[in-house]
Amino acid sequence: MDILNAIVALLNFVVIPAASYGAQLAVGALGVTLIFSILRFSNFAWGDTMAFGTMVVILFTWWFQSMGLNFGPLPTALLALPFGIAVTAILLLGTDRVVYRFYRRQRAKPIILVIVSAGVMFVMNGLVRLVIGTEEQVFADGARFLISAGDFKEWTGLSEGLAIKSTTAITIVTALITMVALFWFLRNTRTGKSMRAFSDNEDLALLSGINPERVVQVTWIIAAALATIAGTLYGLDKSFRPFVYYQLLLPIFAAAVVGGLGSPLGAVAGGFIVAFSEVFLTYAWKKVLAYVLPADMAPQGLVQLLSTDYKFAVSFTILIIVLLFMPNGLFNRGR
Amino acid sequence: MDRRALWLFGGVALLYILTGLWLSWSVSLNILIIGILSAIMALGVNMQWGFAGLFSTGIVGSVALGGLAVVFVSGAPVPEGFGAQGPGVFFLSAGWQLILGLVAGVAVIAISVQVWRRMAAGRNRGLVVGLILVAGFFLYRAILDPAVTAIESYNPAAYGNIGGFGLGSIWAWPVGALFAAIVAWAIGKIALGLREDYLAIATLGIAEIIISVIKSEDWAARGVKNFINLPRPWPVPYEVELQKSQAFLEFCDRWGLSPVTTSTITVQLVLIAVFTLVLAVALVLLQRAIHSPWGRMMHAIRDNEVAAAAMGKDVKRQHLIIFVLGSALIGLTGAMYVSMIGQLVPGEFSPLRFTFLIWIMVIVGGSGNNWGAVLGGLLVGWLWLIVDNAGPLVAQALTAGLADGPLKTHLIDVAPQMRLLTLGVALLLVLRFSPRGLIPEK
Repeated sequence: MDILNAIVALLNFVVIPAASYGAQLAVGALGVTLIFSILRFSNFAWGDTMAFGTMVVILFTWWFQSMGLNFGPLPTALLALPFGIAVTAILLLGTDRVVYRFYRRQRAKPIILVIVSAGVMFVMNGLVRLVIGTEEQVFADGARFLISAGDFKEWTGLSEGLAIKSTTAITIVTALITMVALFWFLRNTRTGKSMRAFSDNEDLALLSGINPERVVQVTWIIAAALATIAGTLYGLDKSFRPFVYYQLLLPIFAAAVVGGLGSPLGAVAGGFIVAFSEVFLTYAWKKVLAYVLPADMAPQGLVQLLSTDYKFAVSFTILIIVLLFMPNGLFNRGR
Repeated sequence: MDRRALWLFGGVALLYILTGLWLSWSVSLNILIIGILSAIMALGVNMQWGFAGLFSTGIVGSVALGGLAVVFVSGAPVPEGFGAQGPGVFFLSAGWQLILGLVAGVAVIAISVQVWRRMAAGRNRGLVVGLILVAGFFLYRAILDPAVTAIESYNPAAYGNIGGFGLGSIWAWPVGALFAAIVAWAIGKIALGLREDYLAIATLGIAEIIISVIKSEDWAARGVKNFINLPRPWPVPYEVELQKSQAFLEFCDRWGLSPVTTSTITVQLVLIAVFTLVLAVALVLLQRAIHSPWGRMMHAIRDNEVAAAAMGKDVKRQHLIIFVLGSALIGLTGAMYVSMIGQLVPGEFSPLRFTFLIWIMVIVGGSGNNWGAVLGGLLVGWLWLIVDNAGPLVAQALTAGLADGPLKTHLIDVAPQMRLLTLGVALLLVLRFSPRGLIPEK
């Protein structure tokens, strides 16, 4: 029984939260890596793009709620998601037209584009705060739990409960659908193939008649979808605050770099690596250990390797280790 | 300086004078103080970006480290905290044990680096280094944790920290520079020489970590409980003492001035004098540096790394040197800032305010030109702060025509956010239409 309790506690407090956080990071990191491989720069405005997309979703959610529209047990935000993606896509395409295209035509150094993206970050940051303010917004509705801790204890007779929040389930399912769709798109469609060709060798792709502007536009539209989905899932699971979204930049970058900037598969793996390490290192293991170890060896302290204040330190440390030993990432393609 | 630069500096001076005339001199001087500090930070960033083409997003980390130095150098000593005993404290006292723990932590990393270098590549090397790191981490925590608990349990409402040396805060300035330099050296060792975006990503992370360390390690600077009552740097007087001084009161009497206002302005003028001196020294040194053979070498490295490397220049080493020096200058400014306001408030160190705003100063002023960085600091610093003072008035005026209601409240509430938007747009416009800035590099 104790072993079962330990496993349930582990699932409940470590594996499930880490999986859902990992899925959010993975979708976010896919966007970073996609922009990197097509447009060839690290987009510092990414966190704020996610915040913008989520904000639009929240606004549509409120509008739907005011009209009495809902999605049954699912959160209304899922209904609003396509609209959020559309508006964000328009914003990103506009930004590209007004800002990035100029530097692309000039063939500016990537670092200039990074600085430009910091400028875009400021603008989006201001825009989001101007519209929705800086306060926390909770916009999840619908059913709270798929399985609640109490029900689980009743069914199994264990003393540990296993709760699965509906937002967790939605996160994982949505993230999976998104990833499968993206990989299918990149692998099987003509546009996806031309994107991969463009990313591998720009000159060769141009020679074979691929229209670069079209590739870039499709990239921005996909990026808008990924940013909005990642942001909305994170916001549903936790809550929405513009500053927190800016801070997500670090774990997302870490995830993208760990997997190897430019590698979609790497971004997904990186997202989960970062999330699991963060949760593993900042979880207080006392409870789980108390079940597994004999009573006289039960730990006194919390057995927490790092305080939760240092979750950024975890993504950063992973980033440093990868930079030191595998600067091209785990899934590099010899760039 | 050419004619154009003189005009621009004249224009900025006019902005400060107009602020003094329309708002108040005290506001104008306050903005000028921050403007000068920003100008010094901008010089530091300009060293990294303008001279060497390094894009670091961790400026706020250097600033915070400088601020932390003030707490250690000038904070009041807390002998009870430093000398605390408690369960698990085995080495002299909690304070000493804490230092021992930190030394052990650094030693573990140093040993792993040495082992990594000495052992032949292979699976064994990874295993050994991994083991050293994991064992070292537990050793470090075993030494550090009891010490931290003992220190933080002494009167947490007022102290709970290890205490400082209680020295004059001017001594903290070089220490702040040193702190920032050490961290910059470590990060430069790792991230320089890789793709250039990696430095930007790595510094973004280190800055976040420095801030979260300062926020959550209560033994150092009391974390989010803030550290107050730091002394002002030497020659800057306190208003209260001025108002008590006989000579000062007589002086005010003779000229018919209000002692309260005059004492505020005197303090501000002394601060401006001291900070301007630092700015002037930094500016002179940097101007001499860029016109020296070293400066020309940096220029060559920035413009064409491959060619410079072919001429036998060690590009990575030179990048490291200038990255460390620039960060040190920023750390110095952080210490100056914290000793001026007399308190360390970790929540104040936001990356938007202390990293990206400084970047905007450098780019607007003119990357690669020291005078440009100074101009950018004074101009953008003024713009940023004037919004604090005049913004609410403007927001009120603009929304005066609207009926009272949630929309109006919302607009007035979010008015301060306008400056993020404005500065972002300004940065994008400068980058697009005048990428060399207001005073371009010659």
